[in-house]
Amino acid sequence: MDSRFTDVGSVRADLENANYLADDGIAGVVYLADRLQKPILVEGPAGTGKTQLAKSIAEITGARLIRLQCYEGLDEAKALYEWNYKKQLLRIQAERNSDVEWDALEDDIFSDEFLLTRPLLEAIRAEDNVVLLIDEVDRVEIETEALLLEILSDYQVSIPELGTIEATQIPMVILTSNNTRELSEALKRRCLFLHIDYPEMEREKAIVLNKVPEISENLADQVARIVRSIRTLELKKAPSVSETLDWARTLVLLGIDQVDAQTATDTVNILLKYQSDINKAIKEFAQNDELSS
Amino acid sequence: MLDLLAGFIIELRAAGLPVSLTENLDAMAAIQHIPLEDRETFKYALAATLVKNHSHWKQFEVVFEVFFSMRGEQYEITDNALDLDDLDDDEVGEGQGEGQSQGQGGGGGEALSPEQLAKMLLDALRKGDQAMMRALARQAVRRYAGMEPGRPVGGTYYLYRTLRNLDLDAMLDQLMDQSRAEKGDEGLSKFEERLEKDEFNQRIEQLKKEIEAEIRRMLVADRGVEAMSRTLRKPLPEDVDFMHATRDEMNMLRKAIYPLTRKLAARLARKRKYGRRGPLDFRKTVRTSLSYGGVPADPQFRFPKPHKPEIIVIADISGSVAAFARFTLHLVYAISSQFSKVRAFVFIDGLDEVTRFFDGVDDISEAVHRVNTEADVVWVDGHSDYGHAFGVFHERYIKDVGPKSTVLILGDARNNYHASQSWIIKEIQQKARQVHWLNPEPKGYWDTGDSIVGEYATYCDGVHEVRNLRQLESFVENLI
Repeated sequence: MDSRFTDVGSVRADLENANYLADDGIAGVVYLADRLQKPILVEGPAGTGKTQLAKSIAEITGARLIRLQCYEGLDEAKALYEWNYKKQLLRIQAERNSDVEWDALEDDIFSDEFLLTRPLLEAIRAEDNVVLLIDEVDRVEIETEALLLEILSDYQVSIPELGTIEATQIPMVILTSNNTRELSEALKRRCLFLHIDYPEMEREKAIVLNKVPEISENLADQVARIVRSIRTLELKKAPSVSETLDWARTLVLLGIDQVDAQTATDTVNILLKYQSDINKAIKEFAQNDELSS
Repeated sequence: MLDLLAGFIIELRAAGLPVSLTENLDAMAAIQHIPLEDRETFKYALAATLVKNHSHWKQFEVVFEVFFSMRGEQYEITDNALDLDDLDDDEVGEGQGEGQSQGQGGGGGEALSPEQLAKMLLDALRKGDQAMMRALARQAVRRYAGMEPGRPVGGTYYLYRTLRNLDLDAMLDQLMDQSRAEKGDEGLSKFEERLEKDEFNQRIEQLKKEIEAEIRRMLVADRGVEAMSRTLRKPLPEDVDFMHATRDEMNMLRKAIYPLTRKLAARLARKRKYGRRGPLDFRKTVRTSLSYGGVPADPQFRFPKPHKPEIIVIADISGSVAAFARFTLHLVYAISSQFSKVRAFVFIDGLDEVTRFFDGVDDISEAVHRVNTEADVVWVDGHSDYGHAFGVFHERYIKDVGPKSTVLILGDARNNYHASQSWIIKEIQQKARQVHWLNPEPKGYWDTGDSIVGEYATYCDGVHEVRNLRQLESFVENLI
């Protein structure tokens, strides 16, 4: 199969065109994943654009995005494939009065017609170009992880009744994890690892400018700097990029073009979601004011 | 190239990073697709294939820097980047004329006076000029670190010397003064000032990093790659010994404990949910069987209500083991939803209940801090006296220990030759469900000197060596 990208630089440029500002690490790993035909495991705090990366890759490669949202209790039937019991049952009942041999019937009801494809199988069987996003893989139990392994390393799915289904084309696979638990070694080994952290101030500013076009350069700069300062506090949950963007949008809507301690205090609840964090930040702002008066 | 990579991987493994054979092969495949002259991409390519845990990233970076430091041209560029002419023009513009002649003469920048160096550094910091900062860091190290080939001192010593001479704190003040002056009459509001300060702080941090890297590079040049990577090998956060952690390592631990507790809580909750399978739930099975035409294809089970232990923590918070107590309290409270009740007591030679500090507080580190500052734990002289502390516990709180309680005692049992009063532990054991003793000392030191952990151990259901986060985590996990 042809590679999707020519070099690291082009990955970066393409992603930028799709409004995703990648740094060297991100672009490099995406490029490698394409070349080595390996899945990417993206890890990092919530709201730093892990899922967005998959969407953007789908966009620039013109691929269809197939998304498997993981959750506790996800099983084979929801992730890989499922036999359509009801249809099979109907079929058996319909045949009850005729004299079709059981063997023939069995062959019949375990055929493609009665197979419900779920995201993983769908990605494997797709004829067109697809990007498979396995979102928040850390949410499934460690046992369930095992069902991903075959597809990740060999791009195939084994169905006992049908045999092994191999991929018609190698899809780009992206797994995201919020790191709520350690993923198994077996899974990690099969993937390229990419950690996306909170962006540097400059990049965050660029992201704000990019995503909130109405914002002035000056305000974007202030927003990025304040957010960086807040992140240095010891918080339960530091503000994520998406929260930064929300905040920037709010400020624009309120018609504010200069953030001072007062506006920051009034709107900080958009950035922070825990009361103790909010109090801490407000205290921090207020403290500075006291000094000045 | 293959040999080089193999050597690099051996270094990584020696530093404690798990690198499997497949990952090794992946890395080799990866570098074939990467332009080798692009150092950053090369680094990320190796990282993506070899490092699968973010907490190992820092280790990887150090090993990478050291291992590949002597093998690249990149570092020579910095010399040329120090374009002194340019610089001096700048300074002339600002009325600092005298720099010019000296600067040009020096070429390598050796002839700069300390004041000039400081001035240039200030300038670079103010503008956030990265290339210049790197070049100046190099200069500063050459000038101030006073490195002598073959001298067996660590990099931290040189770092200290360099930083002392640069006096970055004063520099920060100057920077702040400058930006205040720029603002003119009205000055900066404190809010802006704070932001400005954060900005400069960050740049200074970066400068420090540059200096550190430069020192490392020079040391590598002096002593060779192998020797250096041995000295730079640092333990991973989860392996840092509580009792001997440096301040930096403590910070690292503090940062590591939050994700760890979150992970542990998620894992325990999951264990609770899925770990046990109860007896067949007949009614439910019949009900679901209706959707399969009366065939009980999908048996349903009853999930027993899980038992939640009540935890009583009794922690020694005297100097030597304070850090350990802090982390354990933090961890226990972070997963307190897994327990029906948590009560905490701390002691040195007196004992105080500290549960109140944690009640209704959602910032655990704050509460732990209050424990250390506000708890009333000194009875006579502030040296550990386990016997007396247990005595106080027995007198006031023994009635609260019941068959549901699991008692955790934290401490090194170094009793300063006071009476052990181990009968109290015996009594606690009789009343409680379990008694566990967590000792932050290595097993080899137990029962040496004034340590009497053996005497208490007789009455404990388990005595555990808990020296680092990894051991602490596994103990707590097994507890439930």
